[in-house]
Amino acid sequence: MKIIDIAKILNAEVLVETEEIQKEVYSICGSDLMSDVMAYVKENVVLLTGLVSPQVIRTAEMMDIKAVVFVRGKKLPPAVIDLAREKSVIVMSTNETMFTACGKLYSSGITGRGG
Amino acid sequence: MSSGVLRRQYTIPGDDLTAAGEASSSVKKLLVQLGVDPVAIKKTAIAMYEAEINAVIHANGGAADVFISKDSITIVIKDKGPGIADVNLALQEGYSTASDKIREMGFGAGMGLPNMKRYADELDIKTEVGKGTIVTLKVYF
Ligand SMILES: Nc1ncnc2c1ncn2[C@@H]1O[C@H](COP(=O)(O)OP(=O)(O)OP(=O)(O)O)[C@@H](O)[C@H]1O
Ligand SMILES: [Mg+2]
Repeated sequence: MKIIDIAKILNAEVLVETEEIQKEVYSICGSDLMSDVMAYVKENVVLLTGLVSPQVIRTAEMMDIKAVVFVRGKKLPPAVIDLAREKSVIVMSTNETMFTACGKLYSSGITGRGG
Repeated sequence: MSSGVLRRQYTIPGDDLTAAGEASSSVKKLLVQLGVDPVAIKKTAIAMYEAEINAVIHANGGAADVFISKDSITIVIKDKGPGIADVNLALQEGYSTASDKIREMGFGAGMGLPNMKRYADELDIKTEVGKGTIVTLKVYF
């Protein structure tokens, strides 16, 4: 599945876009704790989080995570958006909860296996 | 130091959580420019970022000293914070003294030091209660 397809499935608004939006992803990491994210070693991952903080973008940068989806329709402060632009991290926002968002993506075929 | 070693120094501000991670970000960029193997870059970036964040959230900031040679990178992160009373305990997965305020910022899983151990090829922690902490990380390319 491509990152752009995730936006469609979650009916997410894309707030920061890069050309990586056409890239394939094999796995989703859903977490509000950044060190847990960093313990998770997989390639081509999209991060789903309910945490709104510049450190989410930093974590994505260090992990080479190309896209972050903020769940529960949280308002993103300009500092987060600006940092994402600077670091070329795709940012999306969806009104879905973490549980529903993960469920929808899993049943659409991103099961974290074979990636 | 002898020739062939690239040295960089960074201050880690203690009062700006938006800036926390800038030193690690700069080092990551530098390694990409130097054409270092991507796996080694990721290991370095994660380990250094965890150490940088710890210096910010637990010790009110500090400084990073970075040495890059042909085959490895050594990162020394120093702070003048409270120190760590029991390093072996702190190294256990899940151990954290983070306050609610720190947890709200997405930290406090107690995974930072375990991640440093996992991603760095060598990890050394020198710490004294009331004085501060020196974390040294080494990754081979
Ligand atoms: N530089 C430091 N100065 C003082 N105490 C520290 C320092 N680094 C770590 N510690 C202590 O060690 C504990 C464990 O650190 P670790 O990085 O593993 O977890 P954490 O920072 O609490 O949470 P996480 O890294 O998962 O967000 C911390 O909660 C803190 O008590
Ligand atoms: Mg930590």
